Amino acid sequence: MITRRKLIATGLVTGASGLLTACDSIYRSPTGRAILDTGEDAHQFLQRSIAGRDALAREFRADQMSPRFRVNGSATANTPEYAALTASRFADWRLRVDGLVRRPLAISLAQLQSMPQRAQITRHDCVEGWSAIGKWQGPHLSRILDIAQLQPAAKFIVFHCADRMGDGSAYYESVDLIDAYHPQTILAWAMNDKPLSTGHGAPLRLRVERQLGYKQAKFIMRIEAVASLAGIGKGKGGYWEDSNGYQWYAGI
Amino acid sequence: MDEEAEAPPPPTTIHRHRLATRIWHWINALAVFVLIGSGLTISNAHRRLYWGDYGANFDHAWLELPRWPGWVTIPSLYSLSAARTWHLFFALVLAFGLLIYLIWSLANRHIQRDLRVRRDELTPAHLVEDAKAHLNLEFHDPKNPGAYNIFQKLSYVGVLFILLPLVIFTGLALSPGMDAAWPWLIDIFGGRQSARSVHFICMALITGFVLVHLTLVFLAGAVNEVRSMITGKWEVPEE
Repeated sequence: MITRRKLIATGLVTGASGLLTACDSIYRSPTGRAILDTGEDAHQFLQRSIAGRDALAREFRADQMSPRFRVNGSATANTPEYAALTASRFADWRLRVDGLVRRPLAISLAQLQSMPQRAQITRHDCVEGWSAIGKWQGPHLSRILDIAQLQPAAKFIVFHCADRMGDGSAYYESVDLIDAYHPQTILAWAMNDKPLSTGHGAPLRLRVERQLGYKQAKFIMRIEAVASLAGIGKGKGGYWEDSNGYQWYAGI
Repeated sequence: MDEEAEAPPPPTTIHRHRLATRIWHWINALAVFVLIGSGLTISNAHRRLYWGDYGANFDHAWLELPRWPGWVTIPSLYSLSAARTWHLFFALVLAFGLLIYLIWSLANRHIQRDLRVRRDELTPAHLVEDAKAHLNLEFHDPKNPGAYNIFQKLSYVGVLFILLPLVIFTGLALSPGMDAAWPWLIDIFGGRQSARSVHFICMALITGFVLVHLTLVFLAGAVNEVRSMITGKWEVPEE
């Protein structure tokens, strides 16, 4: 019995380490990956079935805010064009809205600031696990999309940003129309009652409060309405989705 | 399993585990294995635990975790996105597997018959007697060999009804989409970072259960125990 017992013990240890290695090869195989990726779709389906379309993310009181909100991702856009924009305090910056819209727009920061505003104190959850609570202010994304008049074929809203990533491409992210038209989805130009700092994405960043931090695109230059994400980057809808395999649905 | 004390001496081989128990045991074992491995990778992404709603690098961490080495993590080379893909898939296997198993085990009366803790089993005298029996490596009552002993019952009940549901619900509370859907969920745990801490503590306790469970399988006779969880048939050990 002792030898059988030893055999099982050895089997267990090699089995466990074999399973760990097997996981690596399953993730690399197209079939294994396709099966695992159904998890994201299932979570998105379940969450959207449970949550109302307009279910709100928790909002906090001013005294519940993080004393210090860390900067994450690109700390600056670090291009000559962006440096010129910051030097002129974004006087020459225009938010372009184009793609599948009837009225392409070029909106100045002053115009964004004079539109009806929404301010919200919300929790920012990074995919790494940390959270920070801050106050964000800006116009509703839905309002801007309504002014630009989305064409019926438009299904996704893509955010093109000024910051360059490791591979030299500019950051980009996307949301579908459910999140684009959510009452808490705003284009924030102010954070904690001050204009956005460079580190937090001046002059404009997205707040889509039911999703993780990498959806909250900073340094937004252009908003594009598209029918499909296939033509954007490598087709997965965002920089981290395309380059690293992060989930496009970041509500999980 | 529900034989009466006055029943005739038990046969040498009894049918110990029902089909539902056996199927769920192995599916769940796989899910727990993948979830712990991928969870340790996710832990490596931010190795600090906090209490309350928020918590990041400038805030007070109640625990700073070590970096888990590649031979216990999934994937073996650090990739947060791959770990999340594993974790989110097997989280569904764990949660729906447990839900189906609990309903099935209520229906086939496994829970009521085998896991119900009787008052007389919790008397200090009985607990001491059973602890002594454990030290002598006697894990079953010769008069009723298929029945779980009190420590088995307490640990199985603790895992099935406390640790696994807690780890599932704290996991759900980490998801910003679920927090909008079920705002009460995060209130129960006192904030997202508290839920994250409780999630980690549950994982540690489940890991502890698995290690003790495996050790006891070996002490009780690995071949017989593993076979009984595959075929259901369990040989009653000699007195």
